[in-house]
Amino acid sequence: MAQQGLSWDLLADLQLLLQFHFMQNALLVGTLVAILAGAIGYFVVLRGQSFATHMLSQVGFPGAAAGVLVHTSPVLGLIVFCVAGALGIGWTGRSVDAGRRGESAAVGSILAFSLALGLLFFRLYAGSAQGIYGFLFGTILGITDSDVLLTAATTVVGLAVIAVIGRPLLFASVDPDAAEARGVRVRAISIAFLILVALSVAETVQVIGTLLIFALLVTPAAAAQRLTARPGLGLALTIALSVLFMWSGLAIAYFSLYPVGFFVTSLAFATYLAIRLFRAASRDHHRPAMETAT
Amino acid sequence: MAASNPQPGAAVHFQDAGVRIGGRFVWRHVDLEVRQGSFVAILGPNGAGKSTLVRAALGLTELAEGTVTVFGRRVRRGNDDIGYLPQRRNFDADLRIRGVDLVRLGLDGARWGFPLPFADRLSGGAKAARVDEVIRLVGAQGYAERSIGELSGGEQQRLLIAQALVSGARMLFLDEPLDSLDLNNQQAISALIQSICQERQVTVLLVAHDVNPILPYLDTVVYVAQGQVVSGKPEDVIKTETLTRLYGAPVEVLQTSDGRLVVVGQHEPVSYHGHEAP
Repeated sequence: MAQQGLSWDLLADLQLLLQFHFMQNALLVGTLVAILAGAIGYFVVLRGQSFATHMLSQVGFPGAAAGVLVHTSPVLGLIVFCVAGALGIGWTGRSVDAGRRGESAAVGSILAFSLALGLLFFRLYAGSAQGIYGFLFGTILGITDSDVLLTAATTVVGLAVIAVIGRPLLFASVDPDAAEARGVRVRAISIAFLILVALSVAETVQVIGTLLIFALLVTPAAAAQRLTARPGLGLALTIALSVLFMWSGLAIAYFSLYPVGFFVTSLAFATYLAIRLFRAASRDHHRPAMETAT
Repeated sequence: MAASNPQPGAAVHFQDAGVRIGGRFVWRHVDLEVRQGSFVAILGPNGAGKSTLVRAALGLTELAEGTVTVFGRRVRRGNDDIGYLPQRRNFDADLRIRGVDLVRLGLDGARWGFPLPFADRLSGGAKAARVDEVIRLVGAQGYAERSIGELSGGEQQRLLIAQALVSGARMLFLDEPLDSLDLNNQQAISALIQSICQERQVTVLLVAHDVNPILPYLDTVVYVAQGQVVSGKPEDVIKTETLTRLYGAPVEVLQTSDGRLVVVGQHEPVSYHGHEAP
């Protein structure tokens, strides 16, 4: 999509990157999305809720289609469906909570149905395969100014909620029984967090698509938590990685012909793999003496 | 902290209490008084309601009848006087959070806000000092900085006891803390709990499967069986006839040459760890 090629002049490349309005919007939305996804993703991985996240992203697909169908913003449709999905999971109690008992046949059936529903909505709209493709794998084209505003608002709200519930959420995530006894409303926190995940999913789907959502909501956090067990540092590192993957992915996608989702996902995966291999290798080198009885 | 109250009141007091779960009484007509600063074991067969007794004292399970008070007041959640160590298996090996963070959550984890790494240094490090102190108390300073999932069962238990103590608790409820530990660790943790109990005048209620490893350290035993609760000094309650009646199965109490009691045959096979309904 680039008119001119890459050069060694970074400033010129940057100017090239930012010369079009759609690309400015893509970078803005991409950054906002990556920050929120990183912050939420840290807790998703800590709680072992990757599967619930996947489910919400698929429920969002017919939401986006419905948004297109009724001529409002697809992002709004995404948010409505994802939040409804989060409340649905919350309603069924602890079944998907902390991901330990969740992978049930019922959830699988709902996932298949929501994809089918999305397909139907797009056909009803007589929509293009391009539209469906965009929501399944993400697109950086056609992000409107109002999308940017909506994304900014969601990110601010999401981060504000994390700032308020962060500590009890951390407690409830690592030690729910003790947290409950200390007066944390574990159930309410769980549902609030699922709604946050829903908001974040709805945002992230715009750029990276329903099927590649893990690249921003799970992989950066998984990589960061391999590197540190400190909560504050882990969270900061997750956000940094997430933003880094997003920027690099957008830049590479701009100068090549291939979709942004592929690059973001591949960068995230390669980093995660490298960290795991590095950790495994360094553990083999100086393995600490195994403690048994103390 | 050396409270030398000559006549300490009751730490926990059940009066004609009963709990109903699923339409059926787990136990009822329970009268139980736990003296402050004593080390009490709650024993009994699987599913008899040992954990329920603890949860009732914590306010996590409501009484269907009767009353329970803790330090003379009605029970409520989030009481800083009480440290609770829930029944659990071990932490997931992949759970990436340090032991010291887990202990810290016992201090401020229920409060709104976000755990900023530098906030504590600004407020003079008082919280960090408190966390440090309990970690030293349980002897976990050597591994508190490591990820909790990497630690052994005994190390995890010590950190969890520190977590339960860190809010300045005057009472500890420990639900099967010795489960899944080897014999050495069972004795080490029991001795640790006894020393906390004596040095800090902390009342300890410990739910256990097997009385033998903790018996030398106990002040009082409470047996929960067949919908009722029997309590008293170990030498008064731990008798062949009493236990056989409570368990509804033959149990023998033996005395070793040095005067210690050993309970034989009340349990299922040794490797069995049942999970009771909460």
